[in-house]
Formats: sequence, structure tokens, C-alpha cells
Amino acid sequence: MADVHTALAEVFREEAGRLTAALVHILGDFAVAEEIVQDALLVALERWPIDGIPDRPGAWLLTVARRRALNQVSRDARYRAKLALLEQPVPQEPDDRVRLMFTCCHPALSRAAQIALTLRAVCGFTTAEIAHAFLASETAVAQRIVRARRKIVAAHIPYRLPSDDDMSERLREVLAVLYLMFTEGYLASAGTAPTRRDLAEDAAWLTALVARHMPGEPEPLGLLALMRLHLARSKARLSSAGELILLQDQDRTLWDRSMIAEAIALIEQAAALGRPGPYQVEAAIVACHAEAASWATTDWRQIVLLYDLLFQLKPSPVVRLNRAVALRHIMGPEAALEEVNALAGDLENYHLFHAIQGELLLELSKREQARASALRALELTHNRAEQFLLARRLLEW
Amino acid sequence: MKYVLLFCGTREQQQAWEEMTEEARNAQYAQVGRWFAEHSAKLGPGNQLQPPQTATTVRFQGEGEPIIYDGPFLEGNEVIGGYVEITVADLDKALRLARTWPARGTVEVRPVMQVDQ
Repeated sequence: MADVHTALAEVFREEAGRLTAALVHILGDFAVAEEIVQDALLVALERWPIDGIPDRPGAWLLTVARRRALNQVSRDARYRAKLALLEQPVPQEPDDRVRLMFTCCHPALSRAAQIALTLRAVCGFTTAEIAHAFLASETAVAQRIVRARRKIVAAHIPYRLPSDDDMSERLREVLAVLYLMFTEGYLASAGTAPTRRDLAEDAAWLTALVARHMPGEPEPLGLLALMRLHLARSKARLSSAGELILLQDQDRTLWDRSMIAEAIALIEQAAALGRPGPYQVEAAIVACHAEAASWATTDWRQIVLLYDLLFQLKPSPVVRLNRAVALRHIMGPEAALEEVNALAGDLENYHLFHAIQGELLLELSKREQARASALRALELTHNRAEQFLLARRLLEW
Repeated sequence: MKYVLLFCGTREQQQAWEEMTEEARNAQYAQVGRWFAEHSAKLGPGNQLQPPQTATTVRFQGEGEPIIYDGPFLEGNEVIGGYVEITVADLDKALRLARTWPARGTVEVRPVMQVDQ
């Protein structure tokens, strides 16, 4: 059964976006097209586990979608002429799904709506799967999608690639959505029941799609490399009990070396384009860890330099916090703690700020303060695996 | 597609505007005037509004007579200073135009209801 589900997920991912894109193209109405595709997927979800996956799943889905479309829109004069076009095979323009992503990730939509729409329209997630992935109710997700679809139609959010003037800003928006999707999937996978769809895998798949169709853009390559580097370590980051294992304690023989090599090749490919960006630098930092034989032999100097570069590109207190962690290995815990403490105002409500502060305090034998920091971190995180780790710290410290 | 650009701001911005020197205000008007001239092909009717303290609100509640009160509908700090109707291809074009607005503040971009929708 699990195999059927995995196969289903792959087919949905491959076909849903194409079908949505084709229907938007033909019907000229994002909302109607998106709903029809979702309906067709739900029919497949019922039939395929029983009947098996058809030989040409795309054609099967198109047939169901066409029937649904006829039922749904035949009353509407606007669509009548267009319905004839549905008889023709789905046009397979290579960047159709990328165009669809730019619509789904339009900055006029809320971040939550961007994510939900992208997952549904481009990746073929069902509403239930999105709700499960984000620990939200199905009703809430459904409402969010309906509202977003209505806005796309009413406000005339265009279905096309952005103009050159808007491109860099809009691409940043798409990549931000993908990265958030990835981190949500990557973190939430710890300690929860396995699901049919792996959000992190789907985010990486979408990023690969963008990277493939925008070969002149280095940041999609950088983000893809970053995701692959994280995925390459996924076997080592959880204990058999579902407990989070920190990078420094991971069994590095479990890392997927070939995936790491592929990711590093992507970083090089991006670097050759000569336009550094935050995702490329973040990927380079993670690559430093991936290439190190052990935590102790990590090239911390290189990492600190990369964090300096990252801070120039993306001045954020979280970047400074991570830099401080690397700095600890060059300058010692006292200097690192000083750096961390300077961020107290900005990162008061960020659990990792307190977790890192706690580690450094413990190293400096300030046990009581260290425990207080760990406790504050525990109060601030909602992730189960992180809670588990912090609770254990409090017992041991 | 028709949209309305609502030029919004805060009460502080409104007050700063009212307290501007004649000269500064004229400079601001000149900038805005140039913007209107430059984009005239896309612009429909629009107006600057008198300050919010000149507003009167008629609020209907249930079946009874409406309540009429002194002041704008928007509560708190937000103020609508003016509006203009624009005709452009889609939201991207509307946002492009809105971001060239020289008087800063906040611009709300709202699609106009079309008869066929």
C-alpha cells in the first residue's frame, strides 16, 4: 500500500502542474482550472489504489478533468467556446509549471496562501495533505485556497512569467516560498507519523523545476544545492526513537555522499554565473560541514568568512547568531557569547538564540544561567523533536 | 482591467502635510502633477480629498434609521487622502504604476468590479 502511495505521489507531482497550467491556459480562469484539477486528483485517489495506476496517467486525469469541466462550466457562456479546446491534447510548454508557480507565489497573496496554492496547483497535494503538513484544519486550508483563488481572478493576477523589471523580486518571492516549504517539511518530519507526501522532497523537486527552466539564474541552483545538502543528511539527523541528533553528534557515514557531491556541483555551476546570492552562500556553508570528516576538523575560518559574506547580502540577526556559533571554534566561548548577547534585543523570541546562549554559558561553567536559557528555548519552540532535545538538556545540565 | 489607487497615510503624515510651508507643498504638488501628466493615458477620474476631519459618516445598522456621526469611517490612525481610477492590463501593471507614486505614504490597489464578473 505504501508503494502505491509513493507511486501515486510521484505521478500527481508530475502531472498535476501540467494539467493545471494547460487548463488555466485554455479556460483563462485560474480558479476554475485549479478546482477541476483538484477534483480529478481526488477521483484518482479513490480509483487508482483499487484499479492500479493507468498507463498514461496524464491522459486519464485529463479525461476526468474534461468531464468535470463540462459539468461545471457548460452553463456558463464564457467557457462554451473554450471547452472545444479541451478535446485537444494538453500543450506541453516547458515552462508552463514555472509560470504557474509565479502566479501562485504572487506577492499580492499571503505567504500561507502562496504555499498552499503552490502545493495544490503545481504539486498535486490534496487539501487534506496540506492541512496535515501544516497542522492546520482542512476547513482553514480550504478557505485560504478559495480566498486566494478568488483574489487571483478578481484582481487579475496575471498568469505569465514576470516582466524583466519585476523578475528578480518575483523570483526571490518564489524561492522564499520554496525554502519555507522545505524547512517546514524538514523540521516537522521529526517525531510525527510518516505521510504519503514529503513536503521537503516536494519543495526540492519544485526548486529543481525552477532551476532547470531558468538556467541563467544562480539563486535557484543555490537553493537546490542547499536543500540537497540537508536531505543528504536526513538519515543521520534522527535517532531510532525519533529524537533530533545535532550536526556535531551525527554519524557521518550515514550521509549520502553522492547527493552531497551533486549539490557541490550545483554550487559550482551557480558560482560560475558570477552573481553571488544568499542561497548560494548558505549552501556553501552547509557544504563546508558536509565535506568535513568530523565536527572538530571543520573549516571554521572558511565558515566565518562565508557568514560575513552572507551578512552583507542579507543583514539579519539570525545570520549573526550562526556566525557566532562558528566564531566559538576560533575565538572561544567567551567571545562567541559576547556576540550572542549583543543580539538579545533582536532575537528575544527566537528559541535557537536561547539554546545557543545556553550552550555557551554551560561551557563557561555558568550552569544556572545556562539552564535558564535552555528553559526559555524550550518554552519558545513548538517542534516536538526540539522540545525533546531541550528537555533532555535540562535534565543533564 | 480597472483599478482604483487609494492614496492612504497616517494622521501624522496628514498633519505634516497640512503644516508644510507653502513652498514645500507646491514642490510636492509639482511632483504629483508630473506623475499625473506622465501616466495620463492610464488614468481615469480621481481627486485629492479634504482632510478626514471634514468627513461625515452614515452608518446603517439593522433595519432602523442610519446613525450619522462626525468623522471618517476608518478608525485609528489611517487616513485616505485621495484616489484615482486607472486602466491597465493586470495587477502586475497596476503595482508597477503604484510604486512610482511620488507622494509616498501607502497606496492601496483595489480592482473595480466589472459588469461581467
